[in-house]
Amino acid sequence: MDIHEYQAKKILSDFGVKIPTGGIVYSPENAENKAREIGGSKWVVKAQVHSGARGKAGGIIICNSPLEVADATDKLLGKKLITNQTGPEGKIINRIYIEEATDIKHELYLGLVFDRSSESIMVVASTEGGMSVEEISKEKPETIIRSKIEVAVGIQQFQAREIAFGLGIESKLISRAANTIIGCYKAFSELDATMVEVNPLVVSHQDEILALDCKMSFDNNAMFRRDEIAELRDKTQENSNEVYASDRGMNYVSLDGNIGNIINGAGLAMASMDMIKLAGGEPANFLDVGGGATPEKIVKAFKLISMDTKVKVILVNIFAGINRCDWVAEGIVQALSKIEIKHPLVIRLAGTNVEKGNEILKKSNINYIEASTLEDAANKAVKALG
Amino acid sequence: MSIIIHKNTKILVQGFTGKIGSFHAEEMIKYGSNVVGGVTPGKGGMTHLNLPVFNTVKEAVDQTGASTSILFVPPAFAADSAMEAADAGIKTCVAITDGIPSHDMVKIKRYMRRYPKDKKMGLVGPNCAGIISPGKSMLGIMPGHIYKEGKIGIVSRSGTLGYEAAQQLKDLEIGVSTSVGIGGDPINGSSFRDIIEKFENDDETIAVLIIGEIGGPQEVEAGQFAKENMSKPVIAYIAGLTAPKGRVMGHAGAIVSAYGESAIEKVELLKECGVTISKNPSVMGETVKKVLVENNLN
Repeated sequence: MDIHEYQAKKILSDFGVKIPTGGIVYSPENAENKAREIGGSKWVVKAQVHSGARGKAGGIIICNSPLEVADATDKLLGKKLITNQTGPEGKIINRIYIEEATDIKHELYLGLVFDRSSESIMVVASTEGGMSVEEISKEKPETIIRSKIEVAVGIQQFQAREIAFGLGIESKLISRAANTIIGCYKAFSELDATMVEVNPLVVSHQDEILALDCKMSFDNNAMFRRDEIAELRDKTQENSNEVYASDRGMNYVSLDGNIGNIINGAGLAMASMDMIKLAGGEPANFLDVGGGATPEKIVKAFKLISMDTKVKVILVNIFAGINRCDWVAEGIVQALSKIEIKHPLVIRLAGTNVEKGNEILKKSNINYIEASTLEDAANKAVKALG
Repeated sequence: MSIIIHKNTKILVQGFTGKIGSFHAEEMIKYGSNVVGGVTPGKGGMTHLNLPVFNTVKEAVDQTGASTSILFVPPAFAADSAMEAADAGIKTCVAITDGIPSHDMVKIKRYMRRYPKDKKMGLVGPNCAGIISPGKSMLGIMPGHIYKEGKIGIVSRSGTLGYEAAQQLKDLEIGVSTSVGIGGDPINGSSFRDIIEKFENDDETIAVLIIGEIGGPQEVEAGQFAKENMSKPVIAYIAGLTAPKGRVMGHAGAIVSAYGESAIEKVELLKECGVTISKNPSVMGETVKKVLVENNLN
């Protein structure tokens, strides 16, 4: 789960990371007042959307008066911001963050992630702040500092100091920088985060170490014990069909093609998408209804797929293990008595009681195309596009 | 032989009396697995499915001599249960539970490092289908009847894709020595490399099928291990050619975040290691068969 920049900043500042003075606003009047309240002579107006690269897309505006702040807010609110990460549909701007401008001396990069090889938490830092970590590793890999943190004891002062010295920070600022790194680590480890990224982390001309832009992601699996994080979710930043699915316990990812998929198991779902592509088609979605494809889940899945206007053909691929094919077939028949499907439907059942399952489908009055193997199913789905 | 589980392996079920634990315990017993009891804290002394229930894993191990456990405990309590198993001297624990937080997995793995190598528990999963040695024992949630007894080792992240492979092999009259589901989470107990090493040392296994997917370094690490240390042929299929970058595809671990983690890159890197690639998921069985014929192993 992702959160907004201003939410991440609030969290990190609670862990002792210094951030520029700022506040969230929802209207131009609000914005003007907030700018006066913050004071100073220069402000940054920042669109709050779940995406990086907002600056290049026009989502960050520097202003020299409270009136300019109001104008900039007016310009951004309600608009969709299209960045190189949002896709062509963009993301709606409903919240604006107003911040005092910072007098930047150096821009640095600081990130924390799980390292899947060593199964520890990895701090990644670089002197090349402002660029994405992918760009840094491509263009300036020699500037990257990596430090593995042993989770049982957590980050130590010396590790944070080593990183800070490695970033070329002046001696008098080392302990401030180290505390910033430790604060980020604590936020990561105490709140079930999967990513903390401060980019840029800046050293100001006033000798402050400030988190200028932050991103945090959290482990969906840990939300049962993180109410305070779960409530930061902003569904307006997510694809509406994906929200519908996740609220109903289904794994769904919206894609660009026109063949809708209903599959049990994440691996089989990825494999079916691959087969569609190899057969010359494009999947409209990834959908895993879970190992036990119960009739209720099949009904919900059909509802979800029928909400997607891109879909021209529906492919159902179920490998029934413990749940038998006859039971799955009954679920499909039930679902289709409740939902009208206008598109061609290809069904492939495999596994336990496959003959019985296919017999139930044949005896029903469902209009569908039967497929035997994964390959057969993909070929028939592509052919059904016409 | 087979790997990890054999005919007489004594099995405990953690989360025994719950709905899911009960259902799958019964399926395992029907298959012929040697389930000797279960653990549900607070229900010790009860009898469930005609088997004893214990309050602690230690007590269960003392009384039954169990060496192996399967875990159906809900995500919030699963890490605790896995560590309890490790401390009680369980040799292999298969965690079926889906949804264990990554921070908990890191903790479990760190915790297990306190034991010397000969006393250290092997954890398989979480979020996996478990293990089956066809005709001998089932320590998992798979449909046992789709696995034919034989000599191919299977190791898969995905449950259903592992079933697909077993069915394709069965249709070609090829059997399986052991099939291991290692699960779809980013931090897991056993890696592809851990399992294929066991297959290399198993007399009954003649070839190994790896079913991987996008995300993480484990498939490629297994390829490198195979290149340097294995005499047996390795075949692989990697799911997720069409998966967009940076999105989680169902499995928490199925996300491309670095070089070498996309399906295309993994396929290329595995080929360089001498692994035979099944070009699509429909021909996993045929590809294994072809490799067996080429190596005079059929």
